[in-house]
Amino acid sequence: MTDSRIFDEMLGRKDVLRPPYKRFNQWFENEDPKQLRAKQREAEALFRLTGITFNVYGRAEAEERLIPFDLIPRIITAREWEKLSRGIEQRVRAINAFLYDIYHRQEIIRAGRIPEEMISRNAAFLPQMLGVEPAGGIYTHILGIDLVRTDSNQFYVLEDNARTPSGVSYMLENRETMLQMFPELFLQNRVRSISAYPSDLHRSLAACAPKATSGNPTVAVMTPGIYNSAYYEHAFLADQMGVELVESQDLRIVDGRVAMRTTQGYKPIDVLYRRVDDEYLDPLNFNPESSLGVPGMMDVYRAGGITIANAPGTGIADDKAIYSYMDDIVEFYTGEQPLLKNVPTWRCAEPDALAYVLDNLTELVVKEVHGSGGYGMLIGPAASKKELEQFTRKLKARPSNYIAQPTLALSTVPIFTQRGLAPRHVDLRPFVLVSPQGVKITPGGLTRVALKKGSLVVNSSQGGGTKDTWVLED
Amino acid sequence: MLGKTANGLYWMYRYIERAGSLARLIETGQRISLTRTDTGSNEWHSVLESAGALHGFMSQHEEVTQEAALDWLLRSTENSSSVLCCLSAARHNARIVRTALTPDVWEAINGFYIDIKKRLARKVSDRDLPALLDMLHQKTALVAGATNSTMLRNDLYDFTQLGTFVERGDNTARILDVKYYVLLPSVVSVGSSIDNVQWETILRSLSAHGGFRMQHGNTFTAREITDFLVLDRRMPRSLAFCAAKLCERLEFLSAEYSTFPKSLGLVREITDYYSRHSIDEVFEAGLHEHLQWIIGFFAQLSRQIEIDFRFYE
Repeated sequence: MTDSRIFDEMLGRKDVLRPPYKRFNQWFENEDPKQLRAKQREAEALFRLTGITFNVYGRAEAEERLIPFDLIPRIITAREWEKLSRGIEQRVRAINAFLYDIYHRQEIIRAGRIPEEMISRNAAFLPQMLGVEPAGGIYTHILGIDLVRTDSNQFYVLEDNARTPSGVSYMLENRETMLQMFPELFLQNRVRSISAYPSDLHRSLAACAPKATSGNPTVAVMTPGIYNSAYYEHAFLADQMGVELVESQDLRIVDGRVAMRTTQGYKPIDVLYRRVDDEYLDPLNFNPESSLGVPGMMDVYRAGGITIANAPGTGIADDKAIYSYMDDIVEFYTGEQPLLKNVPTWRCAEPDALAYVLDNLTELVVKEVHGSGGYGMLIGPAASKKELEQFTRKLKARPSNYIAQPTLALSTVPIFTQRGLAPRHVDLRPFVLVSPQGVKITPGGLTRVALKKGSLVVNSSQGGGTKDTWVLED
Repeated sequence: MLGKTANGLYWMYRYIERAGSLARLIETGQRISLTRTDTGSNEWHSVLESAGALHGFMSQHEEVTQEAALDWLLRSTENSSSVLCCLSAARHNARIVRTALTPDVWEAINGFYIDIKKRLARKVSDRDLPALLDMLHQKTALVAGATNSTMLRNDLYDFTQLGTFVERGDNTARILDVKYYVLLPSVVSVGSSIDNVQWETILRSLSAHGGFRMQHGNTFTAREITDFLVLDRRMPRSLAFCAAKLCERLEFLSAEYSTFPKSLGLVREITDYYSRHSIDEVFEAGLHEHLQWIIGFFAQLSRQIEIDFRFYE
């Protein structure tokens, strides 16, 4: 049974099968649950063998974990997708324009749309980037926009991941797994292909080669190393693009270029898709304690010797405090009304907002401004008395560290359980590529699903799973 | 290609070769201890020695028993050359060079590791040992097969082969050296049969049993066995074969990189030596001395390869 307060993407609010799921449902009803369960186990063995695992921080190699995969696809119609992608494109263009502005003339501050201290006092703002001209004018080459749905026609942006969004390898591998396990489904349903992502990624990175490039741009992926939680993804992307996967030990500055140590000596890199945080890029320019990073890389960057993707300092655009200004940002740079909604957000730094948040804590979600991965978060309706008291203290002590949002009634999509289908809350992270040639959004994205009944936390670090995400052709 | 990648590939294949070699040694030890009627000597002592694991073993154990030796060679985490440690090191390197491997090779090594980790989680009983060794043979062959049938013949492949043959040559030399005294023509009169068990051990440890019979029939003389294992270039574990393979791969690299690496010069000294000398001359110079020299040579070659191809900073 569905809960009428919550929109289920398969059954709506009234237990009536929604059209995009019709064909899938026909197939599902003819399948033997026992066999499907066997398939589910088969999928897990496949993931294990392929090595699609994530490392748990601070644990040994033995702790490579699988992200649970659910075999019921999440299905989006062509029309829904069309609308979403227009909204995403608008937002992504605004984010790039915002970044350019913040690191140049800061018109948006002069116009009074964003308070100056929101930028200057923000840890994600990098003064080293002021006046830098990134190749092609692009700051965020790769984005993952987190969306949630509350109704058949209502999507919200929860977060703009503009630094180093992860998860795209799961999107691709989930599809591969479904194609292997249930090829017939893809004959019965016309699902838009996502397999061009790696070549699109390579093309859009190469299109941002710096002026020092001669000949075909050399692209490389930079990883913090084999123990990083997303190492698999870094290796996967390098492999799929056919480029080298480098760590800081492989790199040094040679003749004013960032170069990698090959079997034949040092070879310059033109475009570096880095999956390390800003502060670990260059110990000379950022964190001097860091053993990661390449001393002097920022100087090469500023001189046009390398393109770093995403550009350092893009974090200022996906900061949770800045998030609450996104409507202004979209309007300011595009001159249009935002097509995608922001979740209403209270900035606890503002006294009125803080008072409201404290009065209504049981109905709100409170997040740390710089938190990620679903940690350091309070979900009011699900919190214990003790947790509420704890957060009240935290909020009063450091209000500017928090934002609050209403608890959204996130949509559900069924998962396959021992007792058949059961609705679980989901979110969606479509992946976006930006280059001087335009914005490219891969149809679909990563659907994360909370496996526990009623839970709203979809993060893989906290027991969430993933699903294949289909965008139908008409 | 990154220096780090060359390093990872080289060591991944060294470790896989080492695990395969260990499996063969263990199988031989098991077979001898089952078929041998006199209980005077302990085969496991010589297995540990051939595996280069005797010293470490004795530092932890009072005496050599089959059970303890098996455990040390198969699953001890204190023995960095146990099958388990070799495979976990091979797989660690495979993860580092993941982008250089084809999916077939990656899945072969990853599946191998997943299986072996499960099966070596507990002590291996005598009854389970044959199946385990079978599995080791099959999975090492699977990695080699996947490598040969799916990998591009570029510099990546060269480093997989360099790792394989440096390790193999080193293993062959060590196995021979542990038993070199039974191979000396002076011990028994030239042309006479040597101790059945001894030659069987050596040939089986190097998967050379059938091959030898095919080439030389059923007369096992020290001279012929040594010739087969040192100089016969048809025998895929002989020293001359390994040296020729190393030379071939280094020549490919030399051509591809348009340089003349020092390691190629080194390996040519060996291939030249083997093409100019007969087994009698090797005996004359001293078999043990020759084996010691070649073991030292493989170590020197390995270091030179690391330098030539910038494995490290």
